[in-house]
Amino acid sequence: MRHDHLISARQLSRGDVETVLDRAAEFDAGERAARDGDLLGLCFFEPSTRTKMSFDTAMKRLGGDTVDMGTVESSSVKKGESLADTVRVVAGYADALVLRHPSEGAAKLASEFVDVPVINAGDGAGQHPTQTLLDLYTVRENAGLDDITVGIMGDLKYGRTVHSLAEALTEFDAHQHFISPESLRLPRSVRYDLHESGAEVREHTDLETVLPDLDVLYVTRIQRERFPDENEYRQVAGEYRIDAETLEAASDDLTVMHPLPRVDEIAPDVDETKYATYFDQAHNGVPVRMALLDLMLPDGNGGGDLA
Amino acid sequence: MSDPDQELRVSKIKNGTVIDHIAASQALNVLAILGIDGSGGEEVSVGMNVPSDRLGRKDVLKVEGRELSPAEVDVLSLIAPAATINIVREYEVVEKSRVERPDVVTGILSCPNANCITTAGEPVESRFEVLDDAVRCAYCDAILREDLAEHIATD
Repeated sequence: MRHDHLISARQLSRGDVETVLDRAAEFDAGERAARDGDLLGLCFFEPSTRTKMSFDTAMKRLGGDTVDMGTVESSSVKKGESLADTVRVVAGYADALVLRHPSEGAAKLASEFVDVPVINAGDGAGQHPTQTLLDLYTVRENAGLDDITVGIMGDLKYGRTVHSLAEALTEFDAHQHFISPESLRLPRSVRYDLHESGAEVREHTDLETVLPDLDVLYVTRIQRERFPDENEYRQVAGEYRIDAETLEAASDDLTVMHPLPRVDEIAPDVDETKYATYFDQAHNGVPVRMALLDLMLPDGNGGGDLA
Repeated sequence: MSDPDQELRVSKIKNGTVIDHIAASQALNVLAILGIDGSGGEEVSVGMNVPSDRLGRKDVLKVEGRELSPAEVDVLSLIAPAATINIVREYEVVEKSRVERPDVVTGILSCPNANCITTAGEPVESRFEVLDDAVRCAYCDAILREDLAEHIATD
């Protein structure tokens, strides 16, 4: 299957995902690419230092280089230029574009105006497919993607990372449990889509009952602004915090993941346990983005497999 | 079976469009799709909740001097899937067609998601994929199920 752009994780088949993850594993194992001369345009319309650094690193490790449109404050966007115009100009400088934008649908729109591949690095509350790919890579490296049991815990209502990951896991042989306070359950539309994809949606309000069955526990942050008052927030968020003691009931092979940044939902004492995988997960962004860029940029070793 | 009272209530037009078999109570929404609010001076007859063999009750619209664009017919089909469109010239129906549900509607509707890129002054028309009981924005995936008429772009 060929893709000109990567807009949403949903457009990727299981085969596509495996192609990217296999290539990422090769880069992870030290394979080099010779993409000298290739330029990646970084278009970040809202700050996301970490994602930008990760793409910048990935492109440079491939032997290529990046050009950065800079901050919105210092660019033509401030003068009222449309996104369609900005990407048409920048597309003339680069061989592919990475786009981060505060509005949903921005990457899709950008892809309609340019002839180079567009990779969505987050559009508002919409999609962030490279995060999903690096999550899947991390799951595969640690627990495999066959006959696994995954628990996703925290803010399941607003977290696009969670929706996208849960949807992607339905392509694999994964049993999913969703653990959240009642007020932050998966939205109805997401539950509906998961059902439609053939997944069984098992929801819980506490971790205790399912923890021993889990191969992977994916923790997300519960944000203060989701609650009307401080007390309620403290009380609810407190029930979804894990520490080394919580994990005593877990399987020896448990993998604990988190998209980072964390605040206090995973206590620092978990970092020292064998379960902690969230820093590896963050590092995995580089080989996964290297793989994606290598597959999507024209005329490369992997060119044509995905691009 | 035609009802003689109804014939009297909605007079014939000379040139224009008769939209018949509109789902009962949707006539004003259809007028909204067409951008007709009376201020343009068009001669319009509206029949609402009139008896119909096929629909039980239906709405009928007759608009003098106006034919429909394909985009208008597409959106019309979403709120009045059984509608028939009659083009009238010199008091005669010269063309009669039923609306068809399209796969995609372009323009006309605006996205209900205020944070969607299509609502931000970009040089694109809105585009919605037509699902069984709703439409979905091709850009941001927002679903528009009810109140289609309230999301008709006014420009």
